[in-house]
Amino acid sequence: MKSVMDVFHVSGRELRSYFVSPVAYVVLTGYVVLSGWFFFNLLVQFNRVLSMYEMLRRPDIAMQINLNDMVMTPLLYNMTIVLLIMIPLITMRLFAEEKKLKTDELLLTSPISVGAIVTGKYLASLAFFVLILVLTGIYPWILFHYGSPSPELGSILSGYLGLFFLGASFIAVGLFSSSLTENQIVAAVICFVSLLLFFVIGWPAETVGSTAGKVLEYLSLIEHFTDFSKGLFDTRHLVFFLSFILFALFLTKRSIESYRWR
Amino acid sequence: MIDVENLTKRYGDFTAVEDLSFRVEKGEVVGFLGPNGAGKTTTMRILTGFLPATSGAVKISGYDIFSDPMSVKKRIGYLPEHPPVYTEMTVEGYLKYVAKIRGVPRKKRSEALQRVVNRCGLSDVRGQIIDKLSKGYRQRVGLAQAMIHDPEVLILDEPTIGLDPKQIIEIRELIRSLAGSHTIILSTHILPEVTMICQRVLIIDRGKIVADDTLQNLTAQDSLESVFIKLTTEDVQ
Repeated sequence: MKSVMDVFHVSGRELRSYFVSPVAYVVLTGYVVLSGWFFFNLLVQFNRVLSMYEMLRRPDIAMQINLNDMVMTPLLYNMTIVLLIMIPLITMRLFAEEKKLKTDELLLTSPISVGAIVTGKYLASLAFFVLILVLTGIYPWILFHYGSPSPELGSILSGYLGLFFLGASFIAVGLFSSSLTENQIVAAVICFVSLLLFFVIGWPAETVGSTAGKVLEYLSLIEHFTDFSKGLFDTRHLVFFLSFILFALFLTKRSIESYRWR
Repeated sequence: MIDVENLTKRYGDFTAVEDLSFRVEKGEVVGFLGPNGAGKTTTMRILTGFLPATSGAVKISGYDIFSDPMSVKKRIGYLPEHPPVYTEMTVEGYLKYVAKIRGVPRKKRSEALQRVVNRCGLSDVRGQIIDKLSKGYRQRVGLAQAMIHDPEVLILDEPTIGLDPKQIIEIRELIRSLAGSHTIILSTHILPEVTMICQRVLIIDRGKIVADDTLQNLTAQDSLESVFIKLTTEDVQ
């Protein structure tokens, strides 16, 4: 019970500190501006295609294009790219700053476990990320309100769930990167490079032979996101994301414990 | 209260602390002296559970720091060399947070906050952002942080560094008033300070104890300054 409270104490402080610095506002604004621009362009494109088929008097094809496939799925994909850049900026300070300010000495001499510290910090970033996701909820809302026929709710929710797990995995990598250094820029770069690598690790899958190819494909984060974005919910992907996150958190815990041994 | 036995800490080939043994009784105020790099900070970090030792044992209030660190950490207040403050927080917000993670029960938190704010002279700045505070105030916030859970043992690494003369006097008064009810180890470079606050002195040089005695015995023949210089420069050549 006490350790659960410790987690909340740590994450409460962490979350508040996002909002007393400009970081939170800059990241939120940046994210909304970029995703808004993507959304706007996808809508324009959708309208153009729709009116083109109507002009060609092909209502059969016009019937087949829909807001889910033409707007929401590509929008979520674009958002994964923005996350790739934004998550390192959200997570870089988590442990690096503690070391720089020497506040790690406070945390590690308090009667609170390393596990609680790691979990607390992770949950704080995760909560901030959920706030970002909630803000982007305006786009599907617009589609439901003005689009006709309305898009399918199920596949949008599934897409968001996928985005949530993808972001949650990114944050776990960011937390680990931040525990490696006291320099925030270095933490951000390590995080960005690792994320990008996990993004494209499946590329040589077709040429390296079937077993190695399957392994690479399995490790690729975006591969597991694809089904979610299409509205397919598969527990296989859920298991992958959860084990990925837990493994990264475990490494972070180990990394924090190891400062004491250096 | 504090039992240190054969404590050794090595970093690779470098031995920071070698075969250190000493005892501190309940209510004592012990001055921990030594030249820079003698191993004072390392020893204090081991006592607080921040660093593990290479070998040896440390017991605080009967609890072993290596096998039962949580019990020890609850009973220790620690002011490191740099006050471990989050610069973007207010003094009050910071101290409340420390009270939480140090395990002060919810109902007693505001009382504990009020107590340390009064004792450390922080009432004028309690609503201010720590980043905007002077070094002296930050140091006092650091001290308040170490005392908020009313620990039995206080470990203070150069508590009066960066303070102006008036503040130094206040902090010394504060430490003196804690003696008896608290066990205190403090490190310092200001020798007159030791004469004023401490009953006992530990002098450490290159990781080894070179003196462990009451202030009276140590300064029976010579001033503390000359004792210190004699003991710590002997084997330099």
